[in-house]
Amino acid sequence: MSAPATHFKEDARRVSADLRHRGIIQTAMGKYEVVRDQRQRSFQDWQGARQLAAATKWQAVNHLDKHLEQFAQQIESRGTKVHWASTAAQARDIILGILREKNAKVVVKSKAMTSEEIHLNDAMEQAGYEVVESDLGEFIVQLREEPPYHLVFPAMHLTRGEIKDVFERKLHDAPSDEPEVLTMVARRVLRQKYLQADVGITGANFAIAETGMVSITENEGNARLTAALPRTMITLVGIEKVLPRLEDLALFLPMLAVMGTGQPITCYNTMYGGPRQPGEADGPEEYHVVLLDNQRTTLLADAEQRDALHCIRCGACLNVCPIFRNVGGYTYGTVYGGPIGSVITPHLRGLQDWKHLSYASSLCGACTETCPVKIDLHHHLLQNRRNASRSKPIWWQKIAFKLFAPVANSPALWSLTTKLGRIGQVFHGLIKGGVLDPAEAWTKTRELPPVAKQSFREWWKERK
Amino acid sequence: MTVTLFIPCFVDLFYPQVGISMVRILERLGHKVVCPSSPACCGQPAFNTGYWDESRKIAMKVIESLKDAEVVVIASGSCGAMLKVFYPELFAGTKYEQMARELAPKCHEFSAFLVNKLGVTDLGATFPHKVTFHDGCHGLRELNNKRPPRELLAKVRGLELIEMDAAETCCGFGGTFSAKFPAISTAMGDVKCASALDTKAEFIVSCDSSCLMQIQGLADRQKKPIKTIHLAEVLVQS
Repeated sequence: MSAPATHFKEDARRVSADLRHRGIIQTAMGKYEVVRDQRQRSFQDWQGARQLAAATKWQAVNHLDKHLEQFAQQIESRGTKVHWASTAAQARDIILGILREKNAKVVVKSKAMTSEEIHLNDAMEQAGYEVVESDLGEFIVQLREEPPYHLVFPAMHLTRGEIKDVFERKLHDAPSDEPEVLTMVARRVLRQKYLQADVGITGANFAIAETGMVSITENEGNARLTAALPRTMITLVGIEKVLPRLEDLALFLPMLAVMGTGQPITCYNTMYGGPRQPGEADGPEEYHVVLLDNQRTTLLADAEQRDALHCIRCGACLNVCPIFRNVGGYTYGTVYGGPIGSVITPHLRGLQDWKHLSYASSLCGACTETCPVKIDLHHHLLQNRRNASRSKPIWWQKIAFKLFAPVANSPALWSLTTKLGRIGQVFHGLIKGGVLDPAEAWTKTRELPPVAKQSFREWWKERK
Repeated sequence: MTVTLFIPCFVDLFYPQVGISMVRILERLGHKVVCPSSPACCGQPAFNTGYWDESRKIAMKVIESLKDAEVVVIASGSCGAMLKVFYPELFAGTKYEQMARELAPKCHEFSAFLVNKLGVTDLGATFPHKVTFHDGCHGLRELNNKRPPRELLAKVRGLELIEMDAAETCCGFGGTFSAKFPAISTAMGDVKCASALDTKAEFIVSCDSSCLMQIQGLADRQKKPIKTIHLAEVLVQS
């Protein structure tokens, strides 16, 4: 078993039995489902909207080259510097290069999963920069020295008491555990950081090819401050975030809000088209956009799973996933957790090391059913399993399935197996649930039904 | 008509009563029932584990054994999805693809067959109990089989259906998943059982014996006061 697989199994065993954790997540997700459903109903035709969104992303992704060039050309025409990064290391080097050139000391960031993907914070901190996350949830997990727990709700696993504790420990300021009070503490700290920061780094929800604009969705206004106050702004964006037309946002902004948080639209939606233009009152003096590939083109080359690039990182598939709801965000050991993470991580980081995530699914399909851009998520997990077994079969599994085929295919062998099963089960009673039990994985927590005294096939034969 | 009944391996071994109930119901409705003696499995375990070559060894025999059938009724939503949805994918680009595509529309999960194909909802059954219904994931999402079992239950005399919050949430069985990741599978089953118990129903009814094996297995170990029963076993009672 690969190291990530061992880690996953151990954490899954621990977290899925943690009833406190289960309670927090099930409650949060139950509330999410209620508001999501309400907001979906405000669409005239939600299934039609999904169809349109999927078709739009299909067009965007299948003509990625053209859209990206158009985006770069447009945004550069207003004085933005566009950088193309093939790998995580290149993206980090580009950003560190800008920080050096600007002689920066403090960097303020708004929420960006792509920056987690390339481990940007570690790189900047190691290079001596002070890095501050400005999204409240991200700010909290940064204080706790944890990665974000969820794509959209980075601190959803924490109670207000735990947040109060970390504020006390790290900020020495936590008058109560009231959310409003704690938010005011964070606000006071962050306002200072916006003013001190030399560079602001953001992610992007969409990159509009037609107009050369970056669209950022948020609820706290922190991305606006991150973009507006520091002299230099950097946006790190995965190449799959491109949308062809400005009018596409009319669908995608409400869709992202509905599926992400159950809001009709998020509180702030801002488009950034370049650095401060002559005559403008605010905005950064310099604007850099870093376009990140980091194996996305590998996924693009896979015609079967290319639709995984449709993902708008709304987190809806995590929210409905019974695996995620029981093992939680950290167990995956990946930046992108939940069903979408299980599909794309093997492409981004290697199939054999990460195939266990594709097996850690009951293939229930709740993810596929909810995905607003219609990614065929659970069938992609099946394809990952097929690809993994084909390229590197596990010998005993292959033998077991090879032996099973003739048994299932032959009435005589099946009848013999049925009889042997009855005998075996007599002895099984002696070792049931223990270490010697070959069915221990099942019997440790569950009863196994007895083999019937007369199987269906035996009944059928006798009846005829 | 002549109905070919496909009895999956675990129904054959552990829950023969489910298949027997289906035979009785179909015969009562005036149909001739035939059951191929082999294969005893649809090949889904190998398919879901990624061993498609090994899965095809069984699946091609299934296709051959059912090629002359008028209609095929499958005693499980999960195996039904395998025959109807996944065989064409499994055999894509092989000489069996055409046969798989011809077989697919002839295949029906039991409750869908009664309601959608035969147009029957009232089987004259009596089952004076409070029940809740568990949607098996394959039946629900691969076969879009939400309505038929409920229409059948609605006509059972004395039966009260109380829907649970987590009706559409996976029970955690997932075939080999339940043995590969027993801790997650058990946690999922616990969530399911809790939701079912909240309804105060006496029985959890489903179209999938495999889900019921998971739920009953957990409930028995934890001494929870709930019983599971396949839809066909409810419908056969008079």
